[in-house]
Amino acid sequence: MTYASHADLGGQPGHGSVQPEPEGELFHAAWEPRALALTLAMGAAGSWNIDMSRSARETLPDYAALSYYQVWLAALEKLLAERRLVSADELRAGRALHPPAPVPRVLAADAVAAALAKGSPTQRPAIAPARFATGQKVRTRADPAPHHSRLPGYAHNKRGVIEHVHGAHVFADAHAQGLGEQPQWLYTVVFDGTELWGADAAPGLKVAIDAWEPYLEAAP
Amino acid sequence: MDEHHHDHDHDHEHSELSEMDLRVRALETVLTQKGYIDPAALDVLIDTYQTKIGPRNGARVVARAWVDPAFRDWLLRDASAAIASLGYRGRQGEHMVAVPNTATRHNMVVCTLCSCYPWPVLGLPPTWYKSAPYRSRAVKDPRGVLADFGVSLPEPTEIRVWDSTAEVRYLVIPQRPAGTDALSEEQLAALVTRDSMIGTGLALAPASA
Repeated sequence: MTYASHADLGGQPGHGSVQPEPEGELFHAAWEPRALALTLAMGAAGSWNIDMSRSARETLPDYAALSYYQVWLAALEKLLAERRLVSADELRAGRALHPPAPVPRVLAADAVAAALAKGSPTQRPAIAPARFATGQKVRTRADPAPHHSRLPGYAHNKRGVIEHVHGAHVFADAHAQGLGEQPQWLYTVVFDGTELWGADAAPGLKVAIDAWEPYLEAAP
Repeated sequence: MDEHHHDHDHDHEHSELSEMDLRVRALETVLTQKGYIDPAALDVLIDTYQTKIGPRNGARVVARAWVDPAFRDWLLRDASAAIASLGYRGRQGEHMVAVPNTATRHNMVVCTLCSCYPWPVLGLPPTWYKSAPYRSRAVKDPRGVLADFGVSLPEPTEIRVWDSTAEVRYLVIPQRPAGTDALSEEQLAALVTRDSMIGTGLALAPASA
């Protein structure tokens, strides 16, 4: 089965100009902060992880037509339905019709500040030595992954240089598929603009991504 | 995608928002009745990002880096620890990297794949940061993006775009404006805009603050 992400936008033409906004403007409708908070609270409940959330969002068939918090809400409903925590008839009725399924935790109001301050660090002990070192040339994977992945399309099959070694981190590709954390070395890889976009790339452009080791091969 | 609402006339927008309001309210009721959420926690979460965690945090980090060379060194070496020393840490800022603008290099941060953003220092991302125009163009045409913000940089400047593809979060340290030697750290922080810490703006000149 092919995996289609609709969120991989880097370099895509035709999206028009950026509309700046003043600093305090965070929401554009009353339901948006509620949708944000519902998503954070259910994320804290622990029935899925952040990579599963990202996967649920980027695979929404109507992703491009939805506003940002509409994407979040639709993905939240999808995750809840997939885990049988909420069913479609309950969403229609606007009330619980079936007994609840267990969730690992419930985020209490008085635990919010501590939970936010703790966050979810992703660095883990490495189980193998790093294959690459700072300054080394690498080439990124050419094939699209048949699952959630964090190598942007524009950075497939490109030559770059390792600029920083971040340590081993939870591997998003595995984590999103429910295959556990499978920590992998994470590197900052820097590309010249011309490598990504050809000779007419913006002058002086360099682009850095953070790439897990399985995305990379040594390059001559 | 964030242009969605603007594509519709006012009446349609109104009814659509009402529909979204009802949909979110229905979900909140179901989740509460099932015992999955504490509705009071929702209020705390919203209040936190509306009143407590926002770009003024990052501005204080930048101002400290401008006045204290030892802090700046620490920030560039271990941003997570240096930022935590000012009390900012946690969700979506667990692994911080600070990138300094110089006379020859300008940094800009994007997340082309979703909306990764350093919440403890900048709060929630603005709508444009999450929008298709910014995410598509920042990595290819950063000077065009800067022009949308009314910023132009001298031609030889290297533009370094950081695409936040993993759980590392980037904070741009803008250049300290000229003529600010006499300002206090607090006055300096007022010159540090959110956009200057994303890299789509510059720190304000003292007269315009």
